Amino acid sequence: MKTFPRGGVHPPENKKASGFSIEVLPLPKSVCIHLSQHLGAPAEPLVAKGDTVKAGQLIAKSTGFVSANIHSPVSGTVQKIEPAPDSSGYKRPAIFIEVQGDEWLETIDRSPNLIKSPDLTSEEIIARVGQMGIVGLGGATFPSHVKITVPKGKKAEILIINGVECEPYLTSDHRLMLEKGEEILVGTQLLMKALRVNQAVIGIERNKPDAISHLTRLCARYPGIRVEALKVKYPQGGEKQLIKAITGREVPSGRLPIDVGAVVYNVGTAFAVYEAITKNKPLFERIVTVTGKSMERTANYLVRIGTPVTELIEATGGMPEDTGKVINGGPMMGKALPLLDVPVTKGTSGIVLMPVAESNRRTTMNCIRCSRCNSVCAMGLEPYFLMSLGEAKRWDDMEQERVMDCMECGSCSYTCPSGRPLLDYIRLGKNSVNRIIRSRSK
Amino acid sequence: MNTVVITIISLSVIGGLSGFILFLIAQKFKVFEDPRIDDVEAVLPGANCGGCGYPGCRGFAENCVKAESLDTLFCPVGGNDGMVKVAEALGKVAATKDPTVAVIRCSGSPDHRTRTTRYDSAATCEIASGLFSGDTACSYGCLGLGDCVVVCTFDAIHMNPVTLLPEVIDEKCTSCGACVKACPKTIIELRKKSKKDRKIFVSCVNQDKGAVAKKACSVACIGCKACVKECQFDAITIANFLAYIDPVKCTLCRKCMAVCPTDSILEINFPPRKVTEVESVVSEIQAN
Amino acid sequence: MSATNLLTVSYSPHQFGSESVQKIMYRVLIAMVPAFTVSLIFFGLGALVVTGIAVVSCMAFEYLINRFMFKAGSTLWDGSAAVTGVLLAFNVPSNLPVWMIIIGSLVAIGIAKMSFGGLGKNPFNPALVGRVFLLISFPVQMTSWPKAIESRLAYLDATTGATPLAILKEGIKNGQPLSDLMKEVPGYAQMFLGNMGGSLGEISALALIIGGLYLIFKKVITWHIPGSILATVVLFTGILWMIDPGKYADPLFHLLAGGIMLGAIFMATDMVTSPMTPVGQIIFGAGIGLITCLIRIFGSYPEGVSFAILIMNAFVPLIDKYAKPKRFGEELKNG
Repeated sequence: MKTFPRGGVHPPENKKASGFSIEVLPLPKSVCIHLSQHLGAPAEPLVAKGDTVKAGQLIAKSTGFVSANIHSPVSGTVQKIEPAPDSSGYKRPAIFIEVQGDEWLETIDRSPNLIKSPDLTSEEIIARVGQMGIVGLGGATFPSHVKITVPKGKKAEILIINGVECEPYLTSDHRLMLEKGEEILVGTQLLMKALRVNQAVIGIERNKPDAISHLTRLCARYPGIRVEALKVKYPQGGEKQLIKAITGREVPSGRLPIDVGAVVYNVGTAFAVYEAITKNKPLFERIVTVTGKSMERTANYLVRIGTPVTELIEATGGMPEDTGKVINGGPMMGKALPLLDVPVTKGTSGIVLMPVAESNRRTTMNCIRCSRCNSVCAMGLEPYFLMSLGEAKRWDDMEQERVMDCMECGSCSYTCPSGRPLLDYIRLGKNSVNRIIRSRSK
Repeated sequence: MNTVVITIISLSVIGGLSGFILFLIAQKFKVFEDPRIDDVEAVLPGANCGGCGYPGCRGFAENCVKAESLDTLFCPVGGNDGMVKVAEALGKVAATKDPTVAVIRCSGSPDHRTRTTRYDSAATCEIASGLFSGDTACSYGCLGLGDCVVVCTFDAIHMNPVTLLPEVIDEKCTSCGACVKACPKTIIELRKKSKKDRKIFVSCVNQDKGAVAKKACSVACIGCKACVKECQFDAITIANFLAYIDPVKCTLCRKCMAVCPTDSILEINFPPRKVTEVESVVSEIQAN
Repeated sequence: MSATNLLTVSYSPHQFGSESVQKIMYRVLIAMVPAFTVSLIFFGLGALVVTGIAVVSCMAFEYLINRFMFKAGSTLWDGSAAVTGVLLAFNVPSNLPVWMIIIGSLVAIGIAKMSFGGLGKNPFNPALVGRVFLLISFPVQMTSWPKAIESRLAYLDATTGATPLAILKEGIKNGQPLSDLMKEVPGYAQMFLGNMGGSLGEISALALIIGGLYLIFKKVITWHIPGSILATVVLFTGILWMIDPGKYADPLFHLLAGGIMLGAIFMATDMVTSPMTPVGQIIFGAGIGLITCLIRIFGSYPEGVSFAILIMNAFVPLIDKYAKPKRFGEELKNG
């Protein structure tokens, strides 16, 4: 079974929520839409206080090539446009909308039936993807229209659809593959058309056998698309590891997947592309898993962007008494929330509630040079060394040691027997090196 | 006997030859250095703190010798007296600067500013501020993890374990600015020293709206402008719901303190106020 | 907000594996049980006393130094002092006087470990530093080897004999032919089981190999260091033996005699003092094997493993600097 050759860890899967089919979460009373739901420049608001909007209406427009449109997820009145805390607690500009009814733009097709791939040119597909505000739903939220625009001089050879979902606890992609499998394949076809490639591979980890068999059966009717079952190993879902496992090619340091002819999209993004092209529906809702060890009930909700996290937790039975940490995302790469009054964004794939017993870090000890961190690093870096350099503030040396290659998967900190905060210092190094690189280009 | 003599002679010859070769090489590759650099370095404090903006005292000395005038060069540790000595050594004129001292502009101790979360990562302010806005509802306030303490080479700043805020020892502070650069929240400011080390300043850097700031911390500046209206010397300005007292214009009259509703303005090193007769009667009545 | 607790905020990852320093140290202790059992069988009382004193004094010194010199908390719970104690005991003869063991422990823990900053900061293997210190300071006692089995109930007054390597070294110096000397040495089967003279822990290749396999199975060590040490020894001695079998002992003898097995499996694999990458570890092992053979065959000491390991420990920072792991996506050479 294919996998990536170096590094990786095996955290317990805890996929409690994989048996729960997608539920539509009731609409909240108001939504808070941050203007930066994507990598790149924040969007610019097009509405003002007092405006009425419909679901699907463009409320903020992209401010550059690497930026994305934002559409209203609800119908109602704009309450205010002011900074609101995001997952980090820092306040960022956001649009508040009071929800009234659930009226969508007339141009959106709300019917649930499958529509096969319409006949559009590559340019039309790319333009529509950009108009509809589609961003990478795997968590990175990279604007999708930028990724399918192949730069001059480079050629795309293969499209890879990421159905791996290697993070423990999260099951939103799994449920989407089971319940909207054919829609994902249509979306894949559209992306293949846009990229002008004739082969696509859907990578799925072996712990989702039902999704593998379901999609394999459906693929029989879609030439050029096939499913590849992958060994369960974290971080198989990282795009460089996925490309290596499926094609055997390694993306060179500092370069992009397109440099080895590959383009990677999450299954959720493929589904969003399907809806955007066939149903004229912009991206304003997504699947979010709500789960946790102490939770009696877990769920996979279809949530409108901007819904407060508190609503999701309430709908799943409330927060367990022994909750110590609430994570936006998965336990390996997610962000711990300092407050719960933050909204779901385009990048929120799950909310994991951790019990107090598992919320404390271990005591930090001296590095015993066991080199376990070296052996689990999927990028071939030396985390123990990067941490010592970070503590000594030797940013130039960190750059030499390829700290910018680090994808922050957390395998090193996960494995360290001395409980050292390896990733904290690596992140510090990456931020400092970023600052240095930016000041060099000025 | 012979071996001893041969050994002594051969080793002495090798030693002498090596020494001579080293002497030749040292002469050939000698770098000419202006002897005035040594003179200047001798009168500098030798702290190598980088407060002047140059790499160490030697670097500063080199720049003093190279520079046309000493107007832009200042060693905060040596201060004005130190620059006078440098000027004498070089026959140039030294610029004078008002002495400054580091001031911590946050009073958000746990009894004023409740902790809303528990931080559990590497214990440095730089790393914490990269992660989130802080473990209280004030996203501007001091994180209490001591990056400023670690970076001070003069032992002039220490963390108070009860208030979880740093405290500056004025006598030791040389105003080198290392703590200012180390603080990711820009809480520390180098303010002009006043006579008897007295200070009046707004001990807050919170830029949230008044109600939000006050909810997070009971001694936050809420931007109510009461101090601005009271000040007769135009020393106070408000921007982003935060007041700032200009140390140059301030005359230390303390009228602003009396009108501040949240006690956000601090007075340091003033003698305790003599309570007037009226005030003492009033407070007695209030107590009963 | 949760009813009773403040939410914790930390950087990812938010869950951790179950590895810990303690687990690693205890696994090493378990792996040393077979060798310790054999030493009790062959050396009896002496083995018990020496090991006991070494472990207790190592732990005591670490506790005292932490408490009174560093004024920090005790680090005994991580098990590393106990491991150093057992390894130090394994490297000395079973009739070593108590006060010498205590000095050895003081050097091993105090000088070789704590003075560098404690666990993880030392460049040299602490047990070996202690052992070499004792060897150089007390050469007579450190080279008087109790006879296996005969001296089981004795401690300080055990009857002594020479180790196989010492027999060879002395004999060759005196000009005796190799074939005569090999008759004085125990048979290979006996040497494999441990029925020969030597320090406490080095005698039984079988017991050590069992311990080594356990460590590899439990992923505490990998095959690279022991494999490259033993392979280098076999290669070097093999070549010499093939050139002149009348002058040089065969590779199997070299593997079974002396402390090479103990050194390869337990001493050189100490994670703190060995390189961080597999390639680096192979280079490290090759160096140890080479230096051991040079000392054994051409040097004045009969056994050279301890010195070889300490010398290669000094090279570890250099090895780490150049033997880096292969980065993902090594840059294309031509842009």
